[in-house]
Amino acid sequence: MARSAKDARLAQPSGRARKPDAKAPDAPARLSPGDALEIYRAMLLIRTLDGRMMTLQRQGRIGFYGACTGQEAAVVASAYALRKTDWIFPALREGAAMLLRGFPLVPYLAQVFGNSGDVTKARQMPSHQAARAVNQVSWGSCIGTQLPQAVGAAWAAKLKHDDTVVLAHLGDGATSSADFHTAMNFAGVFRVPVVFFCQNNHWSISLPTSKQSASESIAIKAVAYGFPGVKVDGNDGEAVWAAVSAAVARARGGGGPTLVEAETYRMGAHSSSDDPSKYRDPKEVEAWRARDPLDRLRARLVREGHWDAGKDAALSAQLLAEVNSAIAEAEALPPPPVGSLFDDVYCALPWHLEEQRRELLAGR
Amino acid sequence: MPTLNLVQAVNDALRIEMRRDPSVVVLGEDVGKFGGVFRATSGLLEEFGADRVIDTPLAEGGIIGAAIGMAMYGLRPVPEIQFSDFIFPAFDQLVNELAKLRYRSGGQYAAPLVVRTPFGGGIRGGLYHSQSPEALFIHVAGLKVVAPSNPYDAKGLLLAALRQPDPVLFFEPKRVYRAAKGEVPEGDYEVELSRARVMREGADVTVISWGAMVHEAEAAVLLAAEAGIDCELIDLRTLWPLDIDCVTQSARKTGRVAVVHEAARTCGLGAEIAALVQERCFVHLEAPVKRVTGWDTPFPYALEDDYLPRAPRILRGIEETAGFIA
Repeated sequence: MARSAKDARLAQPSGRARKPDAKAPDAPARLSPGDALEIYRAMLLIRTLDGRMMTLQRQGRIGFYGACTGQEAAVVASAYALRKTDWIFPALREGAAMLLRGFPLVPYLAQVFGNSGDVTKARQMPSHQAARAVNQVSWGSCIGTQLPQAVGAAWAAKLKHDDTVVLAHLGDGATSSADFHTAMNFAGVFRVPVVFFCQNNHWSISLPTSKQSASESIAIKAVAYGFPGVKVDGNDGEAVWAAVSAAVARARGGGGPTLVEAETYRMGAHSSSDDPSKYRDPKEVEAWRARDPLDRLRARLVREGHWDAGKDAALSAQLLAEVNSAIAEAEALPPPPVGSLFDDVYCALPWHLEEQRRELLAGR
Repeated sequence: MPTLNLVQAVNDALRIEMRRDPSVVVLGEDVGKFGGVFRATSGLLEEFGADRVIDTPLAEGGIIGAAIGMAMYGLRPVPEIQFSDFIFPAFDQLVNELAKLRYRSGGQYAAPLVVRTPFGGGIRGGLYHSQSPEALFIHVAGLKVVAPSNPYDAKGLLLAALRQPDPVLFFEPKRVYRAAKGEVPEGDYEVELSRARVMREGADVTVISWGAMVHEAEAAVLLAAEAGIDCELIDLRTLWPLDIDCVTQSARKTGRVAVVHEAARTCGLGAEIAALVQERCFVHLEAPVKRVTGWDTPFPYALEDDYLPRAPRILRGIEETAGFIA
């Protein structure tokens, strides 16, 4: 039983909990009130942001959005366990982790609007955030492809004798991909400093996790690759933070990879293009509403005397104002320049793209 | 100047670059202790150690995926795909990830890795040890594709590829790994990418080829000369972005072009070259651009000599092009 979080347990073939690796450095026992508040604040920001983005999508102001509503604890607390020098390979729902790591809201939103304020030059759909400045790597869309890349980056850090740790996010659906197997296998063989963080939110668009895998858990899959798998309550911010902190410390100390399975629930649709009423029972959604990660962390902070309803209302209002102000600023930015369509295919423009660029610009 | 074969030239280039640049790492199946199934990485493990010459588990997608991550983090990985027929498990990582990484991140991330892979047939390898998949990667924006035909170019092109900022697929003609011998300077030199080589100047027909087929095309060009047809032979060397000036200058001069490649005809690079030539040299052309290629079938085993464009078939293509009257 991981001392720091009662819900974390290490998987082994029997399915019973076992003691963590004796050599793994101890994670801090509990989140300090200051850290808990910072995590809560980031979770509330993302909840506010996601709500506004879904509205904007319905209003036709943005094209697409993948919210993480109900999963904020997993997104924020996993990233909170890292140092700024560590790297994140996000999947669809973890893009907002960069806000916690110091990336400003306006360029984040410019990516969603797909305009000239986007540091990725408006090349991808919304919810495909990347920023070198905060070591958040660019995600494709094909599921699982980031995982062997995360292993490679962690491997490079090890070969260069850096103490960087890489956090690789994935969902339950990705565990069926070939890249998941390959990444887990390479990570185990070469003992690279990577933490695989799987948000098991029970649904891959319309497919329940029970149809994704017959395995008794996702965490247990790690056993076959020769490293620990930890299952944690993904809606408990402190448990997530403690489990990932322990895994990060283990990786940084040369102990190799860990797979953390955070059990959570996708409260909303897969994306703005999805209608979950076609495939899942609303009663299931209601049952999970009682386990809302924001409610739980807020309750702890209130119980311990660090927070109250008045402060919460004030913070909600402040974050909504921040988000709305950033939306106004980001939405007003111009589109990317047309000629930029041909940039960054290669480092320099080769003859054929030079010609095609001239052809496009001449026709406008 | 020492005489090396093509695989020795590749090995020499890797050794030189690994000595010069400590961020270069080699990884792949059997590349370490065994030195690669074709011996291209022979002796590198002994000199550079297991951190830089890495025997990986058997998973091409993992080799390329991990190499992408390594390159993003600042290493210079040189993954080997043991046969280019085995590159397809890595196709998604190459096409959807590697090729698009710089673009989709707005230039924030890049992975300048050089993927080495033996290609082509004529070694009794059947369907899965003989393919020439170069055109599939040329069709994808963001990759450079190189295919040397001889030891001098193999070494110089590989060194150049390792020192430029874009991902490169480096196709090595395995049929002539040992048969292609030539003088190779000791030490460091580069052969610039996107520069073709005019191997023989001629006035009647331009013959364009690459990889192992250059040797067949050369034999055919000599036979054509005996028959009174004066061919200009171009070794393309870099397949994409190709040396458009060299190709079009020659096409304008001769007005007659034949492209020779091992890969299947339909949508092969020959089709693109034919399109480029007709777009740019239409009024200079005296004959349709001829494609002498592998057939649109899987690569056969027992009948591989009938599949490959050998010199006699190339000669027939040259004669047809030279004799075309509108």
